[in-house]
Order: sequence, then structure tokens, then C-alpha cells
Amino acid sequence: MSNYIKLIVLGLVALMALIAAGNARDLAYQVNALTAALAAVAYFLYTLRRTGEPVVAADQTQYMDGVVRAGVIATALWGVVGFLVGVIIAFQLAFPQLNFDWAQGYANFGRLRPLHTSAVIFAFGGNALIGTSFYVVQRTSAARLWGGNLAWFVFWGYQLFIVLAATGYLLGATQSKEYAEPEWYVDLWLTVIWLSYLAVFIGTLVKRKEKHIYVANWFYLSFIITVAMLHVVNNLSIPVSVFGSKSVQVFSGVQDAMTQWWYGHNAVGFFLTAGFLGMMYYFVPKQAERPVYSYKLSIIHFWALIFIYIWAGPHHLHYTALPDWASTLGMVFSIVLWMPSWGGMINGLMTLSGAWDKLRTDPIIRMMVISVGFYGMSTFEGPMMSIRAVNSLSHYTDWTIGHVHSGALGWNGMITFGALYFLVPKLWNRERLYSLSLVSWHFWLATIGIILYAASMWVTGIMEGLMWREVDANGFLVNSFADTVAAKFPMYVVRGTGGLLFLSGAIIMCYNLYMTVKRSPAVEATNVTVPAE
Amino acid sequence: MAKQPNKKQEVGTTGHSWDGIEELNNPLPRWWLWTFYICIVYAIGYSIAYPAWPGINKATAGFLGFSTRGQVAEEIAAVETKLAPMNDKLASVELASISGDAELNGFAQSAGAAVFKTWCAQCHGDGAAGAKGYPNLLDDDWLWGGAIEDIHFTITHGIRNEDDPEGEARYSEMPAFGRDEILEKEEIAQVVSYVMSLAPGSTPADASMVEAGAVVYEDNCAACHMEDGTGDRMQGAPNLTDAIWLYGGDYDALMETVTNARYGVMPNWNTRLSEAEIRAVATYVHSLGGGE
Ligand code: HEC
Ligand code: HEC
Ligand code: HEM
Ligand code: HEM
Repeated sequence: MSNYIKLIVLGLVALMALIAAGNARDLAYQVNALTAALAAVAYFLYTLRRTGEPVVAADQTQYMDGVVRAGVIATALWGVVGFLVGVIIAFQLAFPQLNFDWAQGYANFGRLRPLHTSAVIFAFGGNALIGTSFYVVQRTSAARLWGGNLAWFVFWGYQLFIVLAATGYLLGATQSKEYAEPEWYVDLWLTVIWLSYLAVFIGTLVKRKEKHIYVANWFYLSFIITVAMLHVVNNLSIPVSVFGSKSVQVFSGVQDAMTQWWYGHNAVGFFLTAGFLGMMYYFVPKQAERPVYSYKLSIIHFWALIFIYIWAGPHHLHYTALPDWASTLGMVFSIVLWMPSWGGMINGLMTLSGAWDKLRTDPIIRMMVISVGFYGMSTFEGPMMSIRAVNSLSHYTDWTIGHVHSGALGWNGMITFGALYFLVPKLWNRERLYSLSLVSWHFWLATIGIILYAASMWVTGIMEGLMWREVDANGFLVNSFADTVAAKFPMYVVRGTGGLLFLSGAIIMCYNLYMTVKRSPAVEATNVTVPAE
Repeated sequence: MAKQPNKKQEVGTTGHSWDGIEELNNPLPRWWLWTFYICIVYAIGYSIAYPAWPGINKATAGFLGFSTRGQVAEEIAAVETKLAPMNDKLASVELASISGDAELNGFAQSAGAAVFKTWCAQCHGDGAAGAKGYPNLLDDDWLWGGAIEDIHFTITHGIRNEDDPEGEARYSEMPAFGRDEILEKEEIAQVVSYVMSLAPGSTPADASMVEAGAVVYEDNCAACHMEDGTGDRMQGAPNLTDAIWLYGGDYDALMETVTNARYGVMPNWNTRLSEAEIRAVATYVHSLGGGE
């Protein structure tokens, strides 16, 4: 019965999407509407074919691993796409000729840059977070995911969000807010998905069979809740027409800027930090087969982190129209944030520290060490950059880009790779990975790539910052802007090369994971929901 | 758990286990805690010293009296006071005498270079070598004149703009011979061939048209570009005989120029730069190689 209702609803959705496409006022909207119609039709056909088949109730004694497998595949593939676009834009900056005339308006730097940031953060990072959180919350709660197929809806809905956002960028639909570029209807869709995600996660926690909630789940939960709040507030806007992609922000001027960077900073704080800390708290002790170093530290740094992060946003707006008082608060909260951030690093490193012998034999442990190390480094660098005097040098320079990527490639990238290597044999019931030496290759390519990326950006960042402020004895500027661009050229090539190495590593990983599924000896499944004690 | 760590016996675990993960009861690292406290104390101190806590009407100002705008204003004022004597002198002496005064000239050169890098490089190029539509300022091929007074006038009022408050922007307009149907396409091709025969080293696309082109030129172009094609600085009409092209000297570019004409615009700087700055940059441009 419910299937018939579903079919009717899907049919209506497809019809409405087609009407929207027909009335579309711009190409991006039209393509997005057609994509939505296509998705609805596909789902319609899928449901239709299964109508009439007997409904098999899910076995509550088994973990729901299919959606995690899908998440793993999506993470790996979107990762490669995102890194590839990163490499392309890196070389576009070095060689502007790569902004081909025939691709103007679609594949020039301005269109590809948001594609890169969204692909790596939301598609790669987001799928990693959703996939691993579904895995972790089940294992540490000894319960199957709540909500039946709702988890699948979250997964596919999220992929649709990514496709809508990405095609929108290429066709010119953007709110011009960094990391929040998707237009209003994509935002609405993501809100639906995200609340469903929250429901699945909380539902599973509620039906857990363990007495306490494991620390990884606190981090995941804080990430899901905060991102919901950030997303809604920063995307408050009024569409110009229901049949067009353009919308107008509710806030304006400096209020808009402050809302944007409250969002932007906490996207870093909760998406790229809290969520990934959740990952770390599960996969590091698992891979190292060691207990977490300090329970107390995990509690204290968790609460300190989520309380303080929220206030640090203004450090993105030093020396702007933002009032000085707000800028001061952003700075001091960032400095106080240093130790809470390092709490995570200490817990990670000290947990690994009993497994140093494994460093030689297990490249996955090595990845995790590098990851936590880069996390520590970028969370030291961040508070330093938020000091007004330092920021007056670093702001608008490549130093920021270096900071971003030492966090993104080092911390987010490496911990995700580690988690994927851990998960694939488990999820596909394989005895082990296809090849550890390929993991080693990946490790070295990625590590050298990160070092080239970060080091070159520090060099150019500080160089251009100093060149901009260089004056002669009379106080006259010595360099023009174009001088600094020219001077950065060699380092841009180094950065691009670093990116290329990082990308090659990721491709090797995909191959290795694929071969693990294809070739590694099978073992018996271990997805029964038993509490640990 | 595969290996029982030594630490575990010392501090024990919290007693829970999730999917095999346990947690040790280690205390907070001392250095961590103390550094955290120090950061908090620093933050409180800093927020008392600097503008920080918002109230109902305004925020606390901090006892150091700091403000970012104030800081910038102070720095600008300090530099301006320091440079005032030289700037005043630069703005008041005879233009032509600047290059004779070594000290003043040196000052004007470095000030002018800084102005150029900030305000002019976007169009004229970092090294002043120009680009298509934007003249090279290094050579002695001047549209409007290369004496220091001419350059100063060009910079002050700009070219073909409507923003100069004194309405003195240099102005002239070449007719769009094709678009406004003054000449037939055939005639334009002829005159272009003729123009191509003027510059040394360039050969006309179609030599047979040159003769007819000379007649078209005589009737339509000579008034501005002169009989011999050497141009007229009064009207900013370029010299067509020197192989230096503002918009390109190949057949297609010339056809475009004569068919639709060009309209190069340069902003006036008298509303953006001080007299001393304009003189400084004029001196700088004048010294680049082509000054007269
Ligand atoms: C928006 C672009 C633009 C900027 C900025 C600009 N110029 Fe120009 N400038 C032009 C153009 C275009 C011409 C040529 C106009 C014409 O076709 O007659 C020109 C012409 C000149 C000339 C006359 C050249 C000649 O051959 O007679 C001088 C001198 C000059 N610019 C100096 C400067 C200086 C100094 C600055 C900075 C204070 C500056 N320009 C900034 C566009 C610009
Ligand atoms: C009313 C005066 C006037 C007349 C008549 C005139 N021109 Fe011009 N011409 C100019 C001016 C002024 C410019 C510069 C336009 C600019 O820089 O925007 C110019 C530019 C040019 C240029 C571009 C030079 C370069 O360096 O790229 C060519 C070629 C040219 N004229 C050819 C002709 C020909 C051929 C005719 C006759 C068919 C002609 N002009 C008639 C005023 C005139
Ligand atoms: C192959 C790897 C990568 C390469 C070559 C690369 C390259 C680039 C380039 C060239 C830019 C633009 C910089 C500029 O505008 O000056 C950029 C921006 C950015 N990238 Fe990457 N990137 C890579 C991986 C990643 C990953 C894995 C993440 C996140 C998880 C990431 C997050 C970002 C962010 C957030 C920005 C915007 C930074 C800002 O605006 O300050 N990148 N990247
Ligand atoms: C204590 C932790 C951190 C603090 C205080 C901090 C602080 C800062 C500061 C001051 C900037 C420069 C703002 C500017 O001048 O424009 C910045 C930029 C950035 N940081 Fe951090 N950072 C921290 C950790 C991290 C981590 C772990 C990551 C990534 C995983 C990260 C990602 C970014 C990104 C993406 C930007 C660029 C934003 C933009 O301009 O687009 N940060 N951060």
C-alpha cells in the first residue's frame, strides 16, 4: 500500500520538476530541474519494479552495512574527482592559458574553484563522514541503523545534492558565499537530507544496547547538529522567482559577512574538525588495537572545543568593515581554542604511542600518525594566524591556502584514507587488503604531495605578504601586484606537482581497494549486533 | 584487546568497552592544562586592553585606546608629515626644472614609480610596455606629446573620459568609416593596403590596391593623420609610418580600426591623486626613455 502512495508522490515530484524545467528562467535551474526529474523517475521505476514483491523485514540482529559500502565507494570516487579539479585549478593559477577560450563560462578558474572546494569538502569529506558515522554508530551502539531505508534515502539524497550543486556551479548558479555556494532550492533539499541524517543517527543512539555513548558519537552528533544550524542560518535567502536559481540574501553588508564567516569557520570547526575527530576516535584505537589514552581528556576537550569554536569566526574578517570588538573576540577565542584542539591530537598520538612498533609494519598506522600530526600543526597555525598582527601579513595570501591544505590534505585526507583501508576488508568480508605495499606507495606519494603543497604555499604566502608591504626609505611601495604574481610562479608549479602526487596516491588507493574486493580471500561476515560486554 | 599495555595496569580503564575499544583513566596532561589556563588568562587580559565586549549601545574600548582605523590613520599621517616638505616643493616648482634638481628628481622618481605600480600598471603594464589598446610609454612614439608638460596634462585630465571635472580631457574621435557608411568596403580595403605600405618593413596585403588607397587616404585621412601619415599630436592621431601599432598592424586589425574606429579611454587622475603625485608619476614616465 505504502508503495502506491510513494509512486504517486514520486510521479508528482517528477511532474513538478518537469514543469519547473519548462518554465525555467536560466540554464542552471533548468538543468537542475531536469536532473531532479530524472532522479524522481529513476526512483519511481525502482519502486514500481519492487511493488508486489513480498516485503522482507530487515534483520535487526545484523548491522546495515550496504549503505556504508556505498558511502565508501562514493568517498573514494568523489575524492579523486575533487583532487583532480584541485590539480586543474592549481595549474590554471600557474599557467593562465589553461583557462581555455572555448571553456569560458564553464571551466575557467572562477567556475572550477567552488567545484573543487565543494567536491572535496562536501562530496569527499561529507560521504566519508556519513559513511563512517553510520558504521561507527552501529558498532559502538551494537544496534542496526534506525529508520530502515531512511539511511539509503540520506545517501542517495546527498549524492543528488552534490550533483545539483556541481552542475549549478558550472552553469553559473551561485550565492557567492564560500562553501555555501548552492542556490536556494539546493539548500532546501540539503536541509531535508540533513534532518533525515540527524534522525537516523539519533534514532540509532536511542536504541543502542551499550550503556554509554562512545566519544566518537558525541563528535559525530555535534557535527550533525551544528552543521544543520549553520546551514539554515547562513542560507536564509529569498528567491527572485520560484522558476529561477537566483536568490537574495536576507542579511546584507557586514552582517552578511559576519554570518558567512561564522558559518565558514564552523564549517571548518564542525565539518572538517569535529566530524573527523569522531572518525579518529574510532579508527585510531581500532587500527592500533589500543585503548584510548584518556577518557577525561576526551570529555574536557570535546566540550571546550564545541563551546569555543562557535565564537572564533571573526578572525576571517580582521581589518575589514567588521567592528574592532568583534575582531578582538574572534582572535582571543581562537587562541583559547588552541589547547582544546590539541586535546584531540594528544589523545590520538598517545593512543598510537603504544603501537610504535606497528609503524614499521603498518602503513595505515603511519597515515594516522601523519594525519593527527597535521591536525596538530594546523590547529597551532590557525590560532597564530588569527592574531591580528600575524593576520595582517597572512590574510589574502597563499599562507591561508597552505594552512587550509595542511589541514585538508594532511588531517582530513589521511584520516579518511586510513578509515577506508580499515573499512573495505571488513565491509566486504575480506581477510586483508590486496596489497600493503600499494598502501605504502600511497602513503609516500600523499605525504610528499602534502609537504610540497604546504611548503610552497608558506614560501609564497610569506613572500607575497612581505612584498605587498615592502616600502622604500620614503615610504613608497616597491612592488606592484603583478610583481608578486610573477614571483609566485615557480612555487605555483611546485604546488601543482604536489597535488599531482596526492592525486596519484588516491588513484592507487582506489585500485587497491577495488582489488581487495575482487581478489582478497574471503572470510566469514562479522556484522552481528552484539554488545562488546 | 591483543596486547595489554603497561599503562593499563597503572591507571586502569573506565570499565566500558565499545566494539572492543576501551578508554584509559589517564589524567589531563599537566602541561596541556596549564597552557590552556595561560591562554585563557591571556585572552581575558587582551580583551581588557583592546576593544572587546559588546554592551547595549557600544562595546568596551579597551584601555590602550586601540582601533584599527586609528592605527591606519596614524600611519598615513606620519608618512604624510614626513614627506610634506618634499611634496610641497614638488607641487610648486616649474615642471621642467624638476629633472635638474637631483634631490627632488630622485624623490619624484621613487614616488612616481610607486604611483605607477599602484594606479597605472593595470593598463599600461608593470614595466610600462603597454598592451593592445594601451600605449607603450617606454618609446618615443607619443600620441599626445612626450614633453613633461604634455604628459602631465594627459595624466591630469585623462583621455576621452567624461569624468574630468574641468572638462579638459583630451578628446578626438576617428570616424567609423565602415559602420557609418562613409566608405565602401572596397575603399576601406584599398586604404588599408595603402596604410600597410607606409610603415617600413610591412607589405600590403594586396599591392594592386595601394594606388587607389592613396587617393582614399588623401581625401579621408590626411586631415588627421597628415599627408605623409606621421600623425597629429593635437588630435592624438597616431603616426602610421613607424611600425608601432596601438591596435595592431595586420590586415584584419586595420580593417577593424577603419571600419569601426577605436575609442581609447584613459581616466583622469586629478580627482584621485594629489598634484605632487601626478607630477611625480609624470616625471617617472618622462624618464622612461621617450621623454622629450
Ligand atoms: C583604464 C586604463 C588606463 C589607466 C589605469 C591608465 N591609462 Fe594611461 N592611457 C590609457 C589609454 C587607453 C591611453 C591611450 C588613449 C588614446 O588612445 O589616445 C593612455 C594614454 C596615456 C598616455 C599618453 C601616451 C601618449 O602616447 O601620448 C600617458 C602619458 C599615460 N596614459 C599615462 C598614464 C599614467 C601615468 C597612468 C597612471 C596614473 C595611466 N596612464 C593610467 C589607459 C589607461
Ligand atoms: C578625425 C580625425 C581622424 C580621421 C579623419 C582619421 N583618423 Fe585614424 N585615428 C584618429 C585617432 C584619434 C586615432 C586614435 C584612436 C584611439 O587611440 O582611440 C586614430 C587611429 C587610427 C589607426 C590605429 C593606429 C594604431 O596604432 O593602431 C589607424 C590604422 C587609422 N587611424 C587609420 C585611419 C585611416 C586609414 C583613416 C582614413 C580612412 C583615418 N584613420 C582617419 C583620428 C582620425
Ligand atoms: C590534489 C589535491 C588538491 C589540490 C591540488 C588543491 C588545490 C587547490 C587550489 C589551487 C585552490 C585555490 C587556491 C587559490 O584560490 O589561491 C584550492 C582551494 C581550496 N581547497 Fe584545495 N586542493 C586539493 C585538495 C583539497 C582537499 C582534500 C580539500 C579539503 C578537504 C581542499 C580544500 C580546499 C579549500 C577549502 C579551498 C579554499 C581555500 C580558501 O578559500 O582559502 N583541497 N585548492
Ligand atoms: C584552532 C584551530 C584553527 C584556527 C584558530 C584557525 C584559524 C584560521 C585563520 C586565522 C584563518 C585565516 C583567515 C583569513 O586570514 O582569511 C583560517 C583559514 C582557514 N582555515 Fe583555519 N584554523 C584552525 C584550524 C583549521 C583546520 C583544522 C582546518 C581544516 C581542516 C582549517 C581550515 C581553514 C580554511 C578552509 C580556511 C580558509 C577560509 C577561507 O578564507 O576560505 N582551519 N583559519
